[in-house]
Amino acid sequence: MTSSNWHFDTEKSLVESHGLKLDEFEKIVEGLGREPNLTELGIFSAMWNEHCSYKSSKYWLKKLPTSGKRVIQGPGENAGVIDIDDGDVAVFKMESHNHPSFLEPYQGAATGVGGILRDVFTMGARPVANMNALRFGDPNHPKTKHLVSGVVGGIGGYGNCIGIPTVGGEVNFHPSYNGNILVNAMTVGIAKKDKIFYSAAAGIGNPVVYVGSKTGRDGIHGATMASAEFDDDSEEKKPTVQVGDPFTEKLLLEACLELMKEDAIIAIQDMGAAGLTSSSIEMASKGNVGIDINLSKVPMRAANMTAYELMLSESQERMLMVIQPKKEELARSIFKKWDLEFEVIGEVTDTKKLILHMDGEEQASIPINILVEDAPEYQRDYIVNDPSPLISFESKDFEDKDILSDLLKMISHPNLCSRQWIWEQYDHMVMADTVVRPGSDAAVVRVHGTNKGIAISTDCSPTYCRHNSYEGGKHAVVETWRNIVASGAEPIAITDCMNFGNPEKPEIMGQFVECIRGMGEACSKLNYPVISGNVSLYNETNGEGIYPTPAIGGVGLIRDLSNTMTIDLKNEGNVLCLIGESNNHLGNSHYLSIIQSREDGGTPSINLDDELKNGKFILDCVAKKLLKSVHDVSEGGVLVAIAEMCISGKQGIKIDITKDFLHGFFFGEDQARYLVEVSQNKLEQLEVDASKSAVKIERIGEIGGTSISINSIGEVELSSLIDHHTKWFNEF
Amino acid sequence: MKTHVIVFPGSNCDRDVAVAIQNIIGSSPEMVWHKDTTINQSDLIVVPGGFSYGDYLRCGAMASTSPIMKSVIENANKGVPVMGICNGFQILIESGLLQGALMRNSSLSFICRDIIIKPANTKTIFTNKSTISKMPIAHNEGNYFANSNQIKEIEDNDQIAFQYCDENGDINAYSNPNGSINNIAGVFNKSKNVLGMMPHPERAAESIHGCDDGRNIFESLLS
Repeated sequence: MTSSNWHFDTEKSLVESHGLKLDEFEKIVEGLGREPNLTELGIFSAMWNEHCSYKSSKYWLKKLPTSGKRVIQGPGENAGVIDIDDGDVAVFKMESHNHPSFLEPYQGAATGVGGILRDVFTMGARPVANMNALRFGDPNHPKTKHLVSGVVGGIGGYGNCIGIPTVGGEVNFHPSYNGNILVNAMTVGIAKKDKIFYSAAAGIGNPVVYVGSKTGRDGIHGATMASAEFDDDSEEKKPTVQVGDPFTEKLLLEACLELMKEDAIIAIQDMGAAGLTSSSIEMASKGNVGIDINLSKVPMRAANMTAYELMLSESQERMLMVIQPKKEELARSIFKKWDLEFEVIGEVTDTKKLILHMDGEEQASIPINILVEDAPEYQRDYIVNDPSPLISFESKDFEDKDILSDLLKMISHPNLCSRQWIWEQYDHMVMADTVVRPGSDAAVVRVHGTNKGIAISTDCSPTYCRHNSYEGGKHAVVETWRNIVASGAEPIAITDCMNFGNPEKPEIMGQFVECIRGMGEACSKLNYPVISGNVSLYNETNGEGIYPTPAIGGVGLIRDLSNTMTIDLKNEGNVLCLIGESNNHLGNSHYLSIIQSREDGGTPSINLDDELKNGKFILDCVAKKLLKSVHDVSEGGVLVAIAEMCISGKQGIKIDITKDFLHGFFFGEDQARYLVEVSQNKLEQLEVDASKSAVKIERIGEIGGTSISINSIGEVELSSLIDHHTKWFNEF
Repeated sequence: MKTHVIVFPGSNCDRDVAVAIQNIIGSSPEMVWHKDTTINQSDLIVVPGGFSYGDYLRCGAMASTSPIMKSVIENANKGVPVMGICNGFQILIESGLLQGALMRNSSLSFICRDIIIKPANTKTIFTNKSTISKMPIAHNEGNYFANSNQIKEIEDNDQIAFQYCDENGDINAYSNPNGSINNIAGVFNKSKNVLGMMPHPERAAESIHGCDDGRNIFESLLS
C-alpha cells in the first residue's frame, strides 16, 4: 500500500496519528469488511500498538524457555506464578513505564508502580515486595537531577502509601539515557495455589463489572504514545501521562482480596495500558467469548465523555471482572464498604465480538479474533553487529601504587556509590517481613507466617549488551541468578523487561535478537525460566536509541530463613576467600569507564557451566553452614566487592595476596565469582570441599581492623571508604 | 489483656502491629473498622501507622473525624491506654488527645531507617521496661513541633516519651532524623495513658527484624 493509491474515506492523517501504518489500516478494513468508525479506529490503535501487541517482539519472545517444574503460570497472564511449596505460590512481573516517566517523572514512576501492583493482585496475590530497575542519563545532564528526584519520589510516594515495601532495585547512569530514561517496576505477591485468579471470561450472560475509580480523560493514547519515539516536541505529549492515586489503589487492593475470599469472581483483569479496551478484549479473547458493554454505565469523572474517550482513557486504579450473578449483591456490598465504584456495565455473550453501546446507539462492533489473533506480527529485518573486540591488558599499563586511590574514585562514582539516599526514601520495612533490606545482593522477604523467604534481585549491564548483545543477554540473567544464590536462595524463575530502541532499525532488532538468544541459553542452562515480562521499544529521542537494556528480575526461594546470607562482614579473625577463576578481564569494566573514561575492551564472556558449578557450590556451603557472608563479584570487580562488604559490616580486612597484575585482579570483571567469609575452623573444610567440586578457591585476607590494607600497597581507613561511598548522593 | 487496633481506609501497619501484639501480649487484638462507633472494655487501643485517607488534606486530619474516634477519645479520657504509632501519632494530635504538631521532615523527603531513641520518663505504663532502643522510622511528616509554652508544659509534666539519640544515649543534632524540636520522638498526654510516637516498635519486634528492642513497649504494658 503506498500513499498514492489511498482510496479510503478515512483521512490518511487520522490513521497515522493513531500510530497505525497504512497497510495495517487496510488489514482492519479487510477484517471488518468496512471502514472502522472513530471509536473502532481508536480501539485498533490501542490494541495494535507495539506496547500492547508485541508485534515486533512476539516471534522472538517465543524462543525463551518458559516452563519448569515450579512454573504454574508462564507468560500471557497478568503475571507469572511459581510454586514455592506448602500450597503457596509467588506471583510476579516487571513492567516498564519509561516514556511517561521521562515526560512527567513523579506521576510516570508512581503509576508504573500502581500498574504492576494491580497486575499482581489481579491474580489473587497479596503484593509483598516492590523492586525496580532505573536508568538515567549522564549525572551532569541538566535534566538528570530533576528526573532522579521525580522518579524516586514517585516510586516512594506510591509504594509507601499503599504499604507495600520497596525492598531493592538498581540504578545506573549513562549518557545513552539522556533522552529516554528507563523506569522498570517489579512486584512480587504471595497467594495460595488453589486461589489463583485468571482473566478468561466465561458464562454467557454473566455480568461484566467495573470497579475502582471513575474514568476520566487522563492517559488517553498512553500506550500509543509509549510505542513511538520522542523528538524535541515530546513535552506536548505530557497529557497522555496518567495520574496515580495510591490511596484508592490500597482500597481497591483490600476490596479485591476480600471479594476473592468468596466464590464470586470468574475472571478479573486490571485496566492498565489501553484501559477498558484492552481489559475487555483480553478477557473475551482468553475465554473465547464476546462482551457487550453499555458505556453509559461506566462511572465517569468528567461530563460528556465520548465512547472514544471512555475506551481509550488510562485512568488508574480500575478493574474489570466477570462475576457469578448470584454474588452480585455481596460483591457490591464489599466495594461499597471500601467507598469504591461498582457498576455492572455489560455481559458476556456468545457473539465473539466486542459490541459497545452508548445512549442507546451502537458505537462499535468488532470480532475479537481480528483484534487479537489477526493483530500484525512482524519478523523485522535485523543485522547482528560484530561484538566489540577483546583487548588483553597487561600489568605494565598500570601503576600499582594507585590501586587504593582508584578504589576511592570508583566507590564514589555515581554508578558504584551507595544507593542509601534512594532506598531511605522508600518504606522498605512495612509489612514487617523484610529480612534482608536494600544494599545486599538480593532482597529477602519472609513469606508471612512461615519460616521461608523469597529472594529478589533486578539486574542488567547495558554496556555489556551494547558491546556484545549475546553475552550481555546471558549476563543479565546470570547476574540475578548469582545475586539470588549469594543470598542463600535457590533461584527459580525470572521476569524480563526488554528495553530497546526502534525495532524498525535492523541493528536495534539485531541487539534484541542477540539479547534474547543469550538470555534463552542462560535460562535453559540454569533451569531458570521466564514466567512474565514486558517489552518497551522505541526508546529513542531524535533518532538516538538507548543502549540495549534487557532488565531481569529474578526470584528465588529460601526454605529456611536461618540460611539467609548477606554481604556484611561479620567477625574479626574470619577469612575472606574468592570463589571462581580470575583472568584479569578489564574490557568494558567499570574501572576503564570510571578511571580511564574508556568504553572498550570487550564484554566478558560467560561460561554457564562454571556459573552452575560455582553457584551450586555456594548453596551447598550455605546448607552446611560453612559461610558467614557471601557477595557476588560483579560491577567494579573484586576490590569494589571487598569494599562493599567492609562498609556494610563496618569491618576492616588485611588483604594478603601475590599477583603479577594487581589492577587486573582487583578490578577485572570476570564472571562466576563470589567472595565468601569463613571462620578459621571451617576454612579447611571449605577448601577441601572446593577442591572436591573442582571449584577454584583462594584466600584473600583476614577480617579485622579499621581499614582495608593490601600487602605491599598500603591501606585506606574504613571511615574514608564510607565517606567516599555515600558522598555523591548526599550532595545530590 | 483485651486489645483493639483501629483500621482506617489507608492504614497499612494494622496487620504488623496485630502480629506484634499477638506475639508479645499473647492474644490477638480485635480489628475495629473506622466506621464502627463503640469500643467496649479495652485494655489497649492502638491507632496504627499508614496513610489514612491517603494523607490527603493533612496527615491524620480526616481520620481524626472518623466515627470511631469519638469512642477512642472517650476511652482515653476514662484512662484506657491508647497508643498511636506514626500516622496514628498524627491522628491523635489531630484529634486533640496529644499536644503539638507533626510537620514535614526537615530534609523534605520520606525517611525510612533505623534510629535510636531514649525514654525520657520510665515511670509510665508504656515505658517502665524501656531503655535506649533501636527501631525503624518511616515517615514524611515526623518533625515534631510545639511552641515554647507547650514545650515547657510538656517538659514540666514529664510528658516527653522518647527522644532521638545516638548509640551512647546522647541527644544531639546528629541523631535527630527529621528536625523534631528537642529531638522529640514521642509524647504522652498529661495523664500518661495516651502515647504517640513516630518510630515503629512493631517493626523491631522479633529477631528476623534485625532488632527486637520494640518489644519493651508492649512488655511494659503487660507488667
